[in-house]
Amino acid sequence: MLSADPVIRFKDVSKTFRRPDGRGDFVAVDKLSFEIAKGEIVAVVGKTGCGKSTMFNIVAGLIKPSAGEAKVVGHDPFREFAFFRGKIGIVFQNDRLMPWRSALDNVRLGLQILNVDPKQANETARGWLARLGLSGHENDYPHALSGGMRQRVSIARAFAVDPEILLCDEPFSALDEMTARDLRAEFVRLVRQSNKTAVFITHQINEAMEIGDRVLVFHRPARIAYEARLNASTSEDDRRKMHDDIMRVLSVDQAAAEASA
Amino acid sequence: MMNSRAMRVLQAATGMIVLAAGWQILSFVFPHYLFPPVPEIITRTIEVLITGSLLVDVLLTAGRIFGGLFGAFILGSILALLIGQSKTAENFIAPVLTFFQGIPALSWVVFAIIWFHGIEFRVLFIMVMTTLPAFTFQILDAFRSMSKDLFEMAMSFRPSRWTLFRFLIVPTIVPGILTAWKVNLGNAARVVVVAELVGATGGVGYQLLRQQQLFDMAGAMAWTLQLVLFVLVVQQTINAIETWALRYRAVSERAM
Repeated sequence: MLSADPVIRFKDVSKTFRRPDGRGDFVAVDKLSFEIAKGEIVAVVGKTGCGKSTMFNIVAGLIKPSAGEAKVVGHDPFREFAFFRGKIGIVFQNDRLMPWRSALDNVRLGLQILNVDPKQANETARGWLARLGLSGHENDYPHALSGGMRQRVSIARAFAVDPEILLCDEPFSALDEMTARDLRAEFVRLVRQSNKTAVFITHQINEAMEIGDRVLVFHRPARIAYEARLNASTSEDDRRKMHDDIMRVLSVDQAAAEASA
Repeated sequence: MMNSRAMRVLQAATGMIVLAAGWQILSFVFPHYLFPPVPEIITRTIEVLITGSLLVDVLLTAGRIFGGLFGAFILGSILALLIGQSKTAENFIAPVLTFFQGIPALSWVVFAIIWFHGIEFRVLFIMVMTTLPAFTFQILDAFRSMSKDLFEMAMSFRPSRWTLFRFLIVPTIVPGILTAWKVNLGNAARVVVVAELVGATGGVGYQLLRQQQLFDMAGAMAWTLQLVLFVLVVQQTINAIETWALRYRAVSERAM
């Protein structure tokens, strides 16, 4: 179903890259169309190389589509790069903390770039560190923090600028299961509390179903092969069936990839 | 048990004491005009340091070294950033710098004497030309080692070019800049002496030339030690800055 004013809208978006050996092009995204409404959390699942990260980079405005139209809050994220200052927050697969900045200074980074008053930026950053359970670690450098703590800092950094849209690229995949589970729950709570729109990329079906209001399953090259909606009233049986369906869809893509290799 | 810092100091001191003892033994064997005794060298070194009219020459040389290094650093930084951002700029500039690297310091001294009249400008020109390629390539290496992940992360906040430069590029290249200063300092100290030896009327190089004309080995050693002391003091200062600037780096528990 297409909403009236989607926050993210892809219409027949394609992206091709030149092969590193120079022999022809490689299609990473092929005529991808979807919409994401305000306040939705959409989880995107797919095998490695299915084009989900390319789609992610197009939404983030880091790369330009080769064809089609990608709009985020009605604007082109690549052409109107500066328009999205403070509107998009990204949590990456690895924490990507600046090693020369303390935890507090890492969280303040986006606020400094947005020219927020230093006192206000300091308070906001401290507040987010506290919400993510990192009080007392404000002055610690990244090397002194555990993997889970570092990823918490990177989540705080993304939320601190109060973006309308959050993009997450497998942010918990490098963490142990216990830490990942806690952070997942924390992340969903924060997104819902602030009514943000989020795109969450993962290769774990359970994680996608735990986080998303909607799950999109991608087949290479970034085509939607399956779509499912979830909410609090979705029964355990329905969830199990969805899980099996997603497994089946992903296996088909895996088999196709192996056949073409 | 002695801590590791005290151990390092002791080892360094032992090496120097052995060297001084070896020199002292040679002074017993050979005439003093060839190997003056260590106490005489120390006395002459202190004399230079506490005599205003002589210390001026040391400060003049120090100023020339700093001036040359600073000029090469600024120019090298600009060239490194240009090369780092444009392949075309690299194609133009890199071969020229590589060509410059192959020119001996003494050739630059000769060129400077032929081309320019002013002594200070000659020395500055020689210092800049001999240290520029190393500064440029070292800063360029540091710039190119910038993490792509951190660059993407910073870009996700849509910074201006100036903000990106301040928040990402400068902290990334600081370790490279400090290394470049340390490496070039020794080179600059050697080159400045050659430049002063041939074309100056003041400075450590000029004084060394005078000691050679007077056949005064103790004086030559005393002036040489001024340069060595200068390099050591500046190296230690850079090390202290480095320790402070890179304090964020993890220290392996095994290294403690």
